[in-house]
Amino acid sequence: MKSKSRNFKKNAVAALANSTLQKALQNAKDGFINKRKIALDALPEFEQLRSNAYKIKEHTLKNIEAYLKQFEQQVKNSGGEVHWASNTKEAQNIIVKLCQDAGARSITKGKSMVGEEVALNEALEKAGFETIETDLGEYIIQLAEEPPSHIIAPAVHKSQQQIADLFKEHHKKYNFKSKLETIPEIVDEARKVLRDKFIQADVGITGANFLIAETGSTVIVTNEGNGDLTASLPKTHIVISSIEKVVPTLEDTSVLLRLLARSATGQEITSYTTFFNGPKRNTDLDGPESFHVVLLDNKRSEMLNGEFHDMLRCIHCGACLNHCPVYNTIGGHAYGWVYPGPMGSVLTPLMQGLKESQHLPFASTLCGRCEEVCPMSIPLPQLLRQHRIQAHKEKINSTRSRLALKLWALFALHPLLYRLATNIFVKLLSWLGKTTGSISQLPFSHAWTRSRDLPSPQGQSFISAWKKQQKNKRMSKHD
Amino acid sequence: MRIALFATCLIDTFRPSAGFAVIKLLEQAGYQVDVPELQTCCGQPAYNNGDLKSARKIAQQTIETFKQYEYVIIPSGSCAGMLIHHYPNLFEDNPEWKNKATDLSRRCYEFTIFLHDVCKKISFPIKNKISITCHDSCSSLRETGSKQQTRNLINSNKNLNLIELNDSDTCCGFGGTFCVKYPEISEQMVNDKVANIMATGAEILVSADLGCLLNIAGRLKRLKSPIKVFHIAELLAGETDKAGMGNEI
Ligand code: SF4
Repeated sequence: MKSKSRNFKKNAVAALANSTLQKALQNAKDGFINKRKIALDALPEFEQLRSNAYKIKEHTLKNIEAYLKQFEQQVKNSGGEVHWASNTKEAQNIIVKLCQDAGARSITKGKSMVGEEVALNEALEKAGFETIETDLGEYIIQLAEEPPSHIIAPAVHKSQQQIADLFKEHHKKYNFKSKLETIPEIVDEARKVLRDKFIQADVGITGANFLIAETGSTVIVTNEGNGDLTASLPKTHIVISSIEKVVPTLEDTSVLLRLLARSATGQEITSYTTFFNGPKRNTDLDGPESFHVVLLDNKRSEMLNGEFHDMLRCIHCGACLNHCPVYNTIGGHAYGWVYPGPMGSVLTPLMQGLKESQHLPFASTLCGRCEEVCPMSIPLPQLLRQHRIQAHKEKINSTRSRLALKLWALFALHPLLYRLATNIFVKLLSWLGKTTGSISQLPFSHAWTRSRDLPSPQGQSFISAWKKQQKNKRMSKHD
Repeated sequence: MRIALFATCLIDTFRPSAGFAVIKLLEQAGYQVDVPELQTCCGQPAYNNGDLKSARKIAQQTIETFKQYEYVIIPSGSCAGMLIHHYPNLFEDNPEWKNKATDLSRRCYEFTIFLHDVCKKISFPIKNKISITCHDSCSSLRETGSKQQTRNLINSNKNLNLIELNDSDTCCGFGGTFCVKYPEISEQMVNDKVANIMATGAEILVSADLGCLLNIAGRLKRLKSPIKVFHIAELLAGETDKAGMGNEI
């Protein structure tokens, strides 16, 4: 998907004016936040788990090459193959080739954000394959031809009515004609449509939440079980994932799984947690005949030893999105690419270029709630600030704001000049607001006064008033 | 003992009465308060907009200005967070200034924390019963951590009836230059905040951060709400009979 982050401001304004979206966001927010809170209240050892998770991930990142090698070896030992993709184009090519080699016509997919990152569907469709998303949310947005708006709930921006309408339009060809009025009816119809697709598919593509080095397993968590059918019914199973998902042991994985489910959906554990190990063995009754893992780098190696290292601990739980007041106000599409919210505002500039996505790191109040809820203790505000430092260095942000900042800094660094300017400013504003106590319109300040008054100052600045008071005190002492 | 007040640029410009209320309370607690005239701003606008060079220079100026005081009191969570947590981080590559910044950081106190943790036995001259609600700024929640202190101070006075806000840990949408860079998003955020404030039915809103207060008071005023807005120091100093922020004087 081509990034639309450049249009962030326009996207955000449109999102604010979209009442269906606003309602959906409100519902989703309350649900996610409350469920997570209940789950954490019931887990007194959360902080302990969090600090263990930090140690596990840091240890892994420090030794990532060795663990990736071990993972590759173990996948080989179980009869599978690992393919390395340094960028998204390579990942597309590898997967298209694997599908062609498998003689595929039809492909089912489980939800994968790395798949979104490499724009896999577009590539597969261009190569002539029929590609069907099998996660309900992903399926919905595939019909709507939209990108996901949330990393764990891709269709969270859609209302029930919108989904029913989409199904009506797209399921006509399968002879489904009844009106869908309840959620179970919607789910049931999707299940019926997808069942045939599962059976017809030649290749199944899933993502992975974790890659376990000691066993060569790939792990996915789902609540619909669609991932299991996608992986085990077709002849070929391809896993698309990225290098930072590797974890040393099964034991380590269990720590991360406990944090992931609670942080994401407030569940103790997701309905399905599946470990895939290579293709079908002789003794197995079913399963794929070939098993491939495609591991994407796409700038991650560069992050490893740089300022954005901490971001590689991310387990894609979505908690930072759910608790972000900006995300909750505008939704995920406004961010313009596949990763929205705080984690997206850190990742997108790294993967799509800072110039292209310059708004994202600035469109945050740095309120710190994301860092507070992040199970992996990622200092998201500091990372956003890091992008801002880079933007300032590269002179990417607007000339107007740079100039204003320069001028302000000049005053702030010359206290006497600063006093003078403050006194003039205070006098002027006090005069403007003298009748009502506030100012409702000001030249060059529409951004503030469009929705707020400006409480007016109190006639003089604090420092001037203080100085006067001290002087009077001294004089009365002398009298 | 002489202590210094870092008045903050917003109190200096918009709300001197909050500065005087802080001094009144500190004097009541037995301190003599200095206000060094050479202070300007803590440097957050530069720091948060990626201009580290200016932020460092402003930090050095502030460090020098306050070097002789045993305590520096800051009536704002976000400026306190800047001096206490971010100043030392600004000098990772400069041990001499890192030391100086860390030294200042140890002497700095956010105002409500100082009042609560250091000034013992202080009573607040609040004559009438008032229903209030309190907005915690993001920095007071997550950088200085003064939520409990604020509650204890308020609850220590029988005349104050505190009604808690819904969604009290959500940002009000100020965010420094954020509110003018992304005014539409900021408007929606402050709208949500103001709706929660109005739902409490409280007469007065207080907070320890003037940035949030300018934002919220401005929105309340635009909506013609009768809720009066004060810095928490003004409330504790018993000065809520005066004009609130954005009200006619
Ligand atoms: S940054 Fe943290 S909270 Fe956000 S998705 Fe990643 S792990 Fe979850």
